[in-house]
Order: sequence, then C-alpha cells, then structure tokens
Amino acid sequence: MKTFPIGGVHPSDNKKWSCQKPIEALELPDIVNIPLAQHIGAPATAVVAKGDKVLTGQLIAEATGFMSANIHSPISGTVSAVDMQLNAQGLRQMMITIKREGDEWMPEIDRSAEVVRECTLEPAEIIAKIKAAGIVGMGGATFPTHVKLSVPDGCKAEYLIINGVECEPYLTSDHRTMLERGEELLVGVEILKRALKVEKAVVGVENNKPDVIASLRKKAAEGGFDVVIEPLKVQYPQGGEKQLIAAITGREVPPPPGLPIHVGAVVCNASTTVAVYEAVQKNKPLIERVVTITGKEIKEPRNLLTRMGTPISKLVEKAGGLPEGDVKVVNGGPMMGRAMVCLDSPVTKGCSGVSVYSGSEAHRVEPSACIKCAKCVAACPMSLEPYLISKLAKKQMWERLEEEHITDCIECGCCQFTCPAGIALLDYVRMGKQTVMGIIRARAAANAPKK
Amino acid sequence: MANKFIVATAPHMHSPESTQSLMRHVLIALVPAFAVSAVVYGLDAFRVTAIAVASCVAVEFLIQKFLFGGKQTVSNLSAVVTGVLLAFNLPADIAWWIVVIGAVVAIGVAKMTFGGLGRNPFNPALVGRVFLLIAYPVQMTSFPKPVHPDYIDAFAGATPLAALKSKAIAAGDANLLDMLSGMMPGSMGEIAAAALLAGGIYMIWRKVITWHIPVAVLGSMAAFAFFVALLQGGVSALLYELPAFHLLAGGAMLGAIFMATDYVTSPMTPKGMIIYGIGIGVITMIIRLWGAYPEGMSFAILLMNAVAPLINKYVKPRRFGMMTKK
Repeated sequence: MKTFPIGGVHPSDNKKWSCQKPIEALELPDIVNIPLAQHIGAPATAVVAKGDKVLTGQLIAEATGFMSANIHSPISGTVSAVDMQLNAQGLRQMMITIKREGDEWMPEIDRSAEVVRECTLEPAEIIAKIKAAGIVGMGGATFPTHVKLSVPDGCKAEYLIINGVECEPYLTSDHRTMLERGEELLVGVEILKRALKVEKAVVGVENNKPDVIASLRKKAAEGGFDVVIEPLKVQYPQGGEKQLIAAITGREVPPPPGLPIHVGAVVCNASTTVAVYEAVQKNKPLIERVVTITGKEIKEPRNLLTRMGTPISKLVEKAGGLPEGDVKVVNGGPMMGRAMVCLDSPVTKGCSGVSVYSGSEAHRVEPSACIKCAKCVAACPMSLEPYLISKLAKKQMWERLEEEHITDCIECGCCQFTCPAGIALLDYVRMGKQTVMGIIRARAAANAPKK
Repeated sequence: MANKFIVATAPHMHSPESTQSLMRHVLIALVPAFAVSAVVYGLDAFRVTAIAVASCVAVEFLIQKFLFGGKQTVSNLSAVVTGVLLAFNLPADIAWWIVVIGAVVAIGVAKMTFGGLGRNPFNPALVGRVFLLIAYPVQMTSFPKPVHPDYIDAFAGATPLAALKSKAIAAGDANLLDMLSGMMPGSMGEIAAAALLAGGIYMIWRKVITWHIPVAVLGSMAAFAFFVALLQGGVSALLYELPAFHLLAGGAMLGAIFMATDYVTSPMTPKGMIIYGIGIGVITMIIRLWGAYPEGMSFAILLMNAVAPLINKYVKPRRFGMMTKK
C-alpha cells in the first residue's frame, strides 16, 4: 500500500467519536460575521454597505485581483455592519455582519437534491464559475481554487489528485462528505478533469476509512466514472500536498518556489471537489460547509452542515457545551489547528472542524533538555533537521537557517509531536522561517531591476 | 464563564513517549542480559549493578543539587541506564570502591562537567570503563569463576579475545554456540550475545533506536574479519568462523547495541549513523587484530563519539524535492 517516503508520525487518530455521526444541518444563526480575509491572498472588497438587504448566496464581497476570492452571503437579511471585529485569535479583522430574516435564496441557485452529471462547459467557463462561487481549498490552506486550476504556460497537468486523506486526527468532515456525497464528489472529479484537460484522476484515501474506499469504488463502478480510488497507509502528514503527491505519483515537488504543477499534479481537497460540483452544476456559491465538533470530553460530537459566519459557540452548544476547567478549543485538528480565545468568532471557508481538549491534554508537556535522540530528524517529512534549525532560530542565525533550507518547512508539527523532551521545536522553526522568508523577500526586492 | 482558555501554537497533541519512557525501554531491553549475568555470577551481579546504579544516581543528584541548582533530573532515568551499562562493563567480583570511582568518572566527569544529559560529547559509561581499565588493569581484566556449575569448565581460561591475542586458541577452536549463550568469561553484561540481541530487537521494535548503528557496527566488523581471513588463508581459511567469532566475543554486541546507540553521542541522520557505525566496526577490528589490547570496542566508540559532531555537520539528509523526476 502506498504512502509518502520520508518521515511521518502516527498520532492516535481519535476519529471514533464523530466518524459514525451522519452530517446534520445546524439551525440557521440569527447573526453572522463574515471576514473579508478567509483565504490566502488579498482580502476581498465589500460590495454591500450597512442597511443593504441581501439574499442567501448573494455576492457581498468581491475578489481583489486574481489571487483572492469572492464571498457570498450565507443567509438572507440585512447588513448591520461592515466593521472591524474580533477573530478567533482575538485580533481585529474586517467583517461583514448580517442579521438574518428568513432564508431566501438567490433564484438561480438549484437547491434540489438531484445529482446533475452532464457538463459540457469549456475549461475556461468551468474555472470562471468556480471563481465566481468563491471556492477555496477547504482542507485548511484556503488557497483559491481557480488559481490552482489555471495551469501556467509551459506546464502541463497530468494528474488530478483528490485529497481525501484527512490525516489530521479528530476531524471527520471530509470522511462524512465523501461517504454521504460520493456521487457529487465523483461528478466534481469529472468537472475538474475537464477543466484541467487531464486523463488521470486519483482519489487518495487513508485506509482507516474503509467505508469510504468501498463506497466510492462501488459508486465509481456503477456510474462508469474513470477515477482510481487509492487506499493509502495511515501516516501523518499524508494530507500535506507534497506528501500526497509523493505517495500517489512517486514524484517530489521541487523545493520552494516549486509548485505541484511542476511535477504535473494538481491537488484538490475532497470537500472542495463537492463544492466545485455545486458551483458548476447547481450555481451554488461556497456559503456552507461541514464542520466536525469533537473532543474526548465533548458530550455529543457531531458533523454539522454549517453556514459560513456562524459563531463557533453555536457548534459548541449543539455538541453539549464545553467540559469544566481548563480547556483548549482549537479551530482545526490537533496537529495544525489554531487555538481560539474568542468563541463568538465565525466559521470560515477553511474551518473543517473544532476540536476541544481539556485537563492535562489542554496543556503542553514540560520541556527538558534535548537528548539528541534524532527522532525529530526521522519524523520530518521534508527531511530537515528540526533539532538544528530550532537551535539556529533561537540563536537568530538567519544565514545558516537559509542554508539549512528552513523555508522548506511545512509546519506539520511532526518534530514537536515526537520530541520526547517536549521541546517546542516548531515555535522556534516557525519564527525562524518567517524571518528568513522576510529576508529573502527583501533581498529579491532590493535586487529587482529599478524602473 | 467557568472555563479557563488555554492558548498555544500547534501541535496540540504530543506523542506518549518521553525521555523517561525511552530510558525505561532501554532498561527493559537490558533485562535479558542481566538475567544471564545473574545466573552465571549469582549475587555478585546484583551487588555490582546495585552499587553502580546507586552511585551514578547519587553523583548526578548531588551535582544537580549543590552545583547546578534548578530542577532535579534523576527522574529521567538516564543515570540509571549509565549505572547499569557501567556495571555490565565490569567483572562481577570487582571491589565496591572501584565501582564507585567508575560512577564518579562516568557521571561526574564525563556527563555533568559538560552540563548534564544531552551535552556530553562522550558516552559516560564508556569513559568510566576506560578510566578504570587504565587505572586498575589487573582488577578489570581478571574474571571470577561462575557460581553456576554448568559454566565452570567454560570459564577456566582467559576471555576468547585474550586467548586469541596470546595465540592460545585459534578462532576456529571456539565453540560459537557457547559464546552465543554466554558460556565464556567476560564482563558481567557482555557475555550473552543472544540476550543482548533480544534486547536490541526489543529496542528497535519499540522504536527506541533504529537499525542503522548496530547493523553498521556488526556488519563492518564481520566484513572486515571476512577479508582478513581471506587475505591470510585464501578460500580454505576461516571465512565464516572468524567473523562469527568476532561478533560474539568481547563487547561487540553490548557495544554495538547499547553503547554505540547512545543518543547523545551518536549522529543524527541515518546516513551519518551508518558512517559512524562503520567507523566503530573498523577501528574495533584494527585494535583487536593489531593493537595491544585484546578488545577495542570501547576505544572505537569513544573515538567515533569525537567524530560525531563532524559527521552531523557534513552529512545532511537528502533534501525533499531534489530527487530526479521519474
């Protein structure tokens, strides 16, 4: 069975609490906050003002340039503010606030459950529809999908890889989506193949989801879909783009600024693929997504179909509330998620789950001296030496860090997870990486030809 | 709200492994070898091990308390591991005060002088052993009679390596099965190759160590012995007996599996580990075949410990994405 070649760790996946729970729709929130920056690239520009009436699915903020994404209203109602609001990390961010009045959808959106398979659009038309729908990578990276699908000159896509790995522990939103909306996913794959003009499409699924593998294979065979469902040996971070490409094709994406397309691959997350289907076949913009709410002490873990902008506190409430005492509420999974301070902050396009840790699990382990056990070196999927680069970052030796390729780091957290001394390796590496990237950018700007 | 919100950067999950749990696995891996030692040498095995462990822990505790200050580190069990390994390198009937001196040198000089766990350039237990070997050569190389009756005959002479050195026996005369099961005189913990191998397999299974260092050390020793036999006697020579003899005799197994794999003093990358292991194997064989001492494992490991930082500096993992395109 295939997997990626270098490094990796095996955290317990803790998916058992929520993976059997069918997707259910969360009650519509009375008020939503929609951040203008919920994707990589330039924040969108608001096209509504206070007092405007909006319908569900109506454009409320427009992409600012190519590397940006449209944002649509997830509910119908009145815009009550376009202002700075606190986000999950307690920082102020531009958001559009909408008070709900009923749930009236834009008329062109097809809300029927019927699966529409026929697609005769040209690649450029498909990409335009995806761009209009504001679709971004829903696995967490939130890279605008239309940018990914626009293959640069001189490159050719050979493989479409659908990322159904969901290697983050705890999270099950992709799992449930692939299981319950398999046919839509497969139609989405056909649309993406058409948009990229590729022959080969592979859906990578870790073999801890045998139900998904079996059901997708069955649906692909019954519907005559030309797609390979590839079971992968469980190993974190297999859902990392570079790791997944290496696992499936055996090719390694070159170091930055290398892109997947340089080895002929385009990777798209499974939930995103379903969103592509909805955008192209149903005219539905990205206004809702499945969010897993889970944790060891959470009474009722669930997979909730949630409108964007819903406060995280609504999901927590639905799952039976927070456990007593010290808690850590994380937007995302335990390996790469971000801890939250403000539960009123909204669900965004990249929020695949909320995981809750309590008691001792909410705290880090006490750090002690590095024993040079080399476990971090063995665990690093990018073949870096975390013990060394974290030390160099601590000493602020930026030139040496660049020589040690710190910018290759994908911040997967394997090194810190595996460190028996409990050293916060990634804290230092992240800090060093940001500084070195700043230096590289500044140097490029200084060396750029003067106008 | 009754909740206290904890905030930190990712990852929010940690492997259950800690320094203490890794050291506990090493101690578990040492149990089979200790059991053989206890059968062969009886209560002396317990006596020497207990003194070595107690003095190593005491030295670390006292230095931490009175010189370093700060948090006590003895609970990470690394001093216990050093104590057991030091004991395994000593004859079972050694005087108690020699053991204590060995512990003071191992922990006090070789480890704490450099700042404690993680900072020592040389393997503490081996520094202790080599110090004792040079300071007390007679006590360190005379091995007692076993208490177990089955072993008495096998222990009548010198150690196999010493006998080979003085040309009392040829490698082909040795009973390899006896050597595998511990029927040969030697230091407390080094006599039973089979028990040490079992410990090594346990450590690899529990991912405490990787295969690279032990395989590189033992493989290079075997290859070296094979070619020496070939050059000395051609195809009719002891092509298989000589390598097998060298792998089973002396401290080869203990050194390759438990001493060379010491985290702190060995290289960080798999490639580096293999270079380091080959260095140890080759130096050991050179000392064994042409040196003044019958056994060279300790010296070889200490020499390569000194080279480990250099290996770390120059041997880097292959960068991801630099592979030629398929």
